[in-house]
Amino acid sequence: MSVIRNVLDDGLGGIQHNFLTGKIEDLVKWSRSRSSWGATFGLACCAIEMMGTGGAHYDIARFGMEVFRASPRQADILIVAGRVSQKMAPVLRQVYDQMMEPKWVISMGVCASSGGMFNNYAIVQGVDQVVPVDVYAPGCPPTPETLIHAIETLHQKIEDGELMRRRRETGAGAEIHVTEIAAENSPVTLGATRGGVTV
Amino acid sequence: MTDMSATPDDESLFGAPVSYSRGQKVVHPSREQYVAVLKQAIDAGYTMCSDLTAVDYLTHPGRELPSGIAAERFEVVLNLVSITERTRLRVRVQVPEADATIASCFDLWPGTEAMEREVFDMFGVRFDGHPDLTRILMPEDWEGHPLRKDYAIGRIPVQFKGANS
Amino acid sequence: MTAVENVRQTSEGAQEMRPRSELGAKELMREVGSVLRMSEAEAAQLGQMPTDDEDQTMIINMGPQHPSTHGVLRLMLELQGETVLRCKPVIGYLHTGMEKTGEDLTFLQGGTNVTRMDYLSPFNNELVFSMATEKLLGIDGDVPERAVWMRMLLSEMNRMSSHLLFLATNGMDLGAVSMMLYGWREREEVLRFFQKVTGLRMNHNFIRPGGLAADLPPGWRDDVLSILEMLPPRLEEYDILMTDQPIWRERLQGVGVITAEEALALGTSGPILRSTGVPFDLRRDMPYLHYDELEFDVIVGSYGDAFDRYAIRLNEIRESIKIVYQILDRMPSGDYRIQNKKVTPPPRARIDESMEALIHHFKIFTEGFKVPEGEVYVGIESPRGEIGCYIVSDGGPKPYRIHMRAPSFVNIQALPHMMRGGLVADAVAVISSVDPVLGDVDR
Repeated sequence: MSVIRNVLDDGLGGIQHNFLTGKIEDLVKWSRSRSSWGATFGLACCAIEMMGTGGAHYDIARFGMEVFRASPRQADILIVAGRVSQKMAPVLRQVYDQMMEPKWVISMGVCASSGGMFNNYAIVQGVDQVVPVDVYAPGCPPTPETLIHAIETLHQKIEDGELMRRRRETGAGAEIHVTEIAAENSPVTLGATRGGVTV
Repeated sequence: MTDMSATPDDESLFGAPVSYSRGQKVVHPSREQYVAVLKQAIDAGYTMCSDLTAVDYLTHPGRELPSGIAAERFEVVLNLVSITERTRLRVRVQVPEADATIASCFDLWPGTEAMEREVFDMFGVRFDGHPDLTRILMPEDWEGHPLRKDYAIGRIPVQFKGANS
Repeated sequence: MTAVENVRQTSEGAQEMRPRSELGAKELMREVGSVLRMSEAEAAQLGQMPTDDEDQTMIINMGPQHPSTHGVLRLMLELQGETVLRCKPVIGYLHTGMEKTGEDLTFLQGGTNVTRMDYLSPFNNELVFSMATEKLLGIDGDVPERAVWMRMLLSEMNRMSSHLLFLATNGMDLGAVSMMLYGWREREEVLRFFQKVTGLRMNHNFIRPGGLAADLPPGWRDDVLSILEMLPPRLEEYDILMTDQPIWRERLQGVGVITAEEALALGTSGPILRSTGVPFDLRRDMPYLHYDELEFDVIVGSYGDAFDRYAIRLNEIRESIKIVYQILDRMPSGDYRIQNKKVTPPPRARIDESMEALIHHFKIFTEGFKVPEGEVYVGIESPRGEIGCYIVSDGGPKPYRIHMRAPSFVNIQALPHMMRGGLVADAVAVISSVDPVLGDVDR
């Protein structure tokens, strides 16, 4: 009975592990990280770069994320791409609340991370005032390489399981800052090292 | 600066004084003449109103205007385009702060609807005869008019995490 | 109060539509506009019609977060079955206070702010801002030839990349999802060229008052030629994929029709105005830079529907290719920015040598160059229509008031008129054919 209650409360992490369930949990985390679907929250210029990342040159389909679901019920990762205005902040919170656990948030671009160059009355100075953020991707707009770096960082953390544990304890996001990768003239090839990061 | 010296002192168009700003023609009707001047402009070929905006001259009261025009706090500025003549005309109307209302151009150009709403939202200038004068860019329950000069930009002082505080 | 509670305090407000049956004739006529589509008698009759339960209309909300890739536009649609009766665009979800921020930045920094408004054609924003500043400074006749031609080159390449994105999103909105991939494939080539020239793929801040930030890199001619040679066969592919295809035509022809009088009364410009048959293109009718020395056609439609707008934009890419070929032939050598010391920062090497250069550098980058008092409006042709910049200067280093006449802000007003009487599925096609950019709309 307690086994069932543990599973209902904490998911697979609540099971008292023996080697079999440990393997299952690893399998679940592995598959979660490799087929996470993004929620469309493209607001401004960063949305264009996000679409470019989904295009043929940068192709996040190879990371399992080519499907951007408009319905938050079907999405895992909320990529907040663009500046969040005062009017849009309640909408952002609503969409985040409608997403089902497990869910993660990538704050793409400087406007989403900190208000960016618009330090004024109209822009929320960082979406972490509204939703808990897991990865901050800097850039104005971040190059597709930077976004892929941020997504892969998030995927790695999902696979390690660290993210879910942290969220349960503090309610905050993981708040990982990635470094920006400058744009280069040739597209990213799988397995290449770029700026010290292997994509 | 506005080239007042380049024009004859009494040049007027549709009954309102004219000035030139960097070579661009500007007509300055009063609030009462406003609609009549615009109607005459339409008859003269200025069929498209490409822009309607406002300026708050609170901290710059001493600007140059043609003689006979008293400077007020707000100025509503229109840019008209004549498709056939391929020229532009600018219209500047002074609107006092105490009675910040002016006639709406909606009946002349329906395309000014959103632009007048934006001016109302950002400056607080009301337009008589506008069908739906509500805020357009800010949330409906926002207080204050952001583009006024006495409205702070809302800058938050940035604190660096690494600083010793 | 926590941040979340703070956020919940701000509501979007009651920007709602009341049902049609509650409105009088005047309100209904307002929805139709000053160009009458219904007679006075009909309008009066509608206002007095008894509420019939069978005619109950439904008001639904589309957005601000929806899968159409046009950004945060919220549409309130009043539907009767599948037919759209009235529509109200609710905007402001991307309002960034750029005009207020612009008053806080110097004229040299203003480009960074302005370029993020219409983020699909950033060069056009910077160009109109720089042209307005130069006019205020009085140096608009002194910009070097090479700078002018470079500006034209970048502006036309931007037009190509913006229209390619339009083709991509238009295709995706109508279901031709592979078009999204093809459009982006071509756009990436143009963005790669921009990145080679300016250092950034988007939001370049490259066109500055007085000229440009840097010269074209060596080998640029080959890059441009490779793009120009790659594009025409791909455009032929799009013609086969879309223009001649029966499904595409069924979905776009006759959808979102607007007449020339309505378009002029609403102040629309660009492809929307040209699709109705009015041949007004600012590059030809009020030429700026050196467009009067170039040969190109202005594409004009005849039916004012979404198909015309699509075809106009597709062929404008071809016209831009023609223009860029001419620019390649005629690009002069020379300075890429004006050598006026008060406006142009000196080259970095000179700062070590000359005290005067150091002082100028310091003044320009900290305080900014002072612009004489006055006000000016400049309008140019962006891919979306007429983009204009109205700057008022009080003699200081920062604009007293900067206002951008955003083409999409005005074009969105045409949406209710285009959607009226159409189906809900056509609403997506109509929005897509208007090609709004919400950064432009909300600024």
